[in-house]
Amino acid sequence: MSISLSLIYLVSTIAFIIGLKKLGHPATAKNGNLIAASGMGLAIAGTIFIHDIQVPTTIYILIGLAILIGSVIGGWMAIKVKMTKMPELVSLFNGFGGASAALIGLVEFSKDGGDKMITTTIVSGIIIGAITFSGSMIAWGKLNGSIKSVVKIPYHNAVNNLFLAGIVAFAFFMVTAGANSEVLAFALLAAGLIYGILFVLPIGGADMPVVISLLNSLTGIAAAITGVLLSSMVMLIGGILVGSAGIILTIAMCKGMNRTLAAVIFGTFGATDSVPGANKTLGNIKKTNPSDSAIMLNYATNVIIVPGYGLAVAQAQHVIHELEELLTKKGVNVQYAIHPVAGRMPGHMNVLLAESNVDYSLLLEMDDINPQFKNTDVVLVVGANDVVNPAAHNDPSSPIYGMPILDVENAKHIIVNKRTMNAGYAGIENELFYNPKTVMLFGDAKAALTKLVSELKNM
Amino acid sequence: MNEWIEFISSNLEITYIIILSIFVGVEVIKHIPAVLHTPLMSGANALSGVVVVGAILVMLNADPDNYFALALGFIAVVLGILNVVGGFAVTGRMLKMFKKKS
Repeated sequence: MSISLSLIYLVSTIAFIIGLKKLGHPATAKNGNLIAASGMGLAIAGTIFIHDIQVPTTIYILIGLAILIGSVIGGWMAIKVKMTKMPELVSLFNGFGGASAALIGLVEFSKDGGDKMITTTIVSGIIIGAITFSGSMIAWGKLNGSIKSVVKIPYHNAVNNLFLAGIVAFAFFMVTAGANSEVLAFALLAAGLIYGILFVLPIGGADMPVVISLLNSLTGIAAAITGVLLSSMVMLIGGILVGSAGIILTIAMCKGMNRTLAAVIFGTFGATDSVPGANKTLGNIKKTNPSDSAIMLNYATNVIIVPGYGLAVAQAQHVIHELEELLTKKGVNVQYAIHPVAGRMPGHMNVLLAESNVDYSLLLEMDDINPQFKNTDVVLVVGANDVVNPAAHNDPSSPIYGMPILDVENAKHIIVNKRTMNAGYAGIENELFYNPKTVMLFGDAKAALTKLVSELKNM
Repeated sequence: MNEWIEFISSNLEITYIIILSIFVGVEVIKHIPAVLHTPLMSGANALSGVVVVGAILVMLNADPDNYFALALGFIAVVLGILNVVGGFAVTGRMLKMFKKKS
């Protein structure tokens, strides 16, 4: 490798680290993204233009064509996507990265001379890339609703783990036996693809964000392995950064949902078998209507809005902002309480509200807002359930016991907007709804809030 | 087993780099506020598209008659670039929306 290319890769690697670091602070995030993207552009351009070998023009044209096609499609998707569809898009892009790694593995396998270490990196690249690709595609399908049912394979945990063990054993055999048949490589690819499907298929749609984050981390690892294979530092370090960042994000998400990482990986995930306390009678609920809710909000001094998954599904982020502005104009002090896993993936709610022009200083994180609930007149919960369930504090038998929640029950009045009385994704009753201070405003978030806004306008 | 030990001792630099990079990744991400989790996930995802560098290398090094390598390499470049361009573009689009009201 020429010295100038090594230097370019070095600069790119540094840009990745600085970019990622800056992505972590609201004030510098935009710059961070730009720096990381520039580093990537530099690495790609350097790879194309600086090398020692003679490359035929046709290959250059093919590379240019591939880059053009990919850029146009990728850019178009990025511009067109709705913010509520963000998890789907991340999942899709992630799958493409994984597929790219698997394909590189296949090509390198055909050139492999039987060196055990090289074969090891190749087969692991193929397996991980394939798992990421098919897993991401299933996650994508589940999120956009094209794969609806939770497919229950009997003993799926045992089947999956056995299957994975089988793949590892097969790969180990390929390495030790020095097998160099293309057919085996394709078989390995197919096995990886099947495992990716088996891994994601039994998991419920609401759990997909954890899966996406985990798969994202895996793509990073696949890129790093490919970096070792092609002795490319920029791929190695870039891949590892993504791998470890993805694991950290996954753990943060698991904490927010009160799951352990082990439970995610080994698939005790999304089990909805027996739910303790599900049949406990909790008393009666009180229904309300938009006009009564409007009156409550109109005469309040402090209001906190708790947006949840239901708000994202109903695409009610614009009308909630309208409500907030209206109340602020009437002299009501309005803030948003954002649970770490609100929305369809962590931080997603912030993106949605930012899209509707909500001032981000009004979005308070859980630890900052929890002490404020006791001085709050009305809390408006929109499409959130488990993240406001007091059972997390006071019912040790509850599956969500210990999960950090928003202490909504400390407020003077609570309005809960939900479509039905159905349980949240943890599948448990929420005694908050039966609290004497709580009134239920049933209906689709967008429809109900629109009515609420028009009632308020008439006051 | 011996081969593995041999590999590690003959590739000590890489081994050090891998271990240190893991720590860098963890430290860089550790204290990120939940507000930025989605853009960060999307940005990290774009970064994993660095695999496109490998795909380009595969194509550059391919024999012009090796249609197998060229075809797979071509698809790999398209998919990798898609991941990179789409990922960074959408991350930028999200971040542009985070603003304080004047």
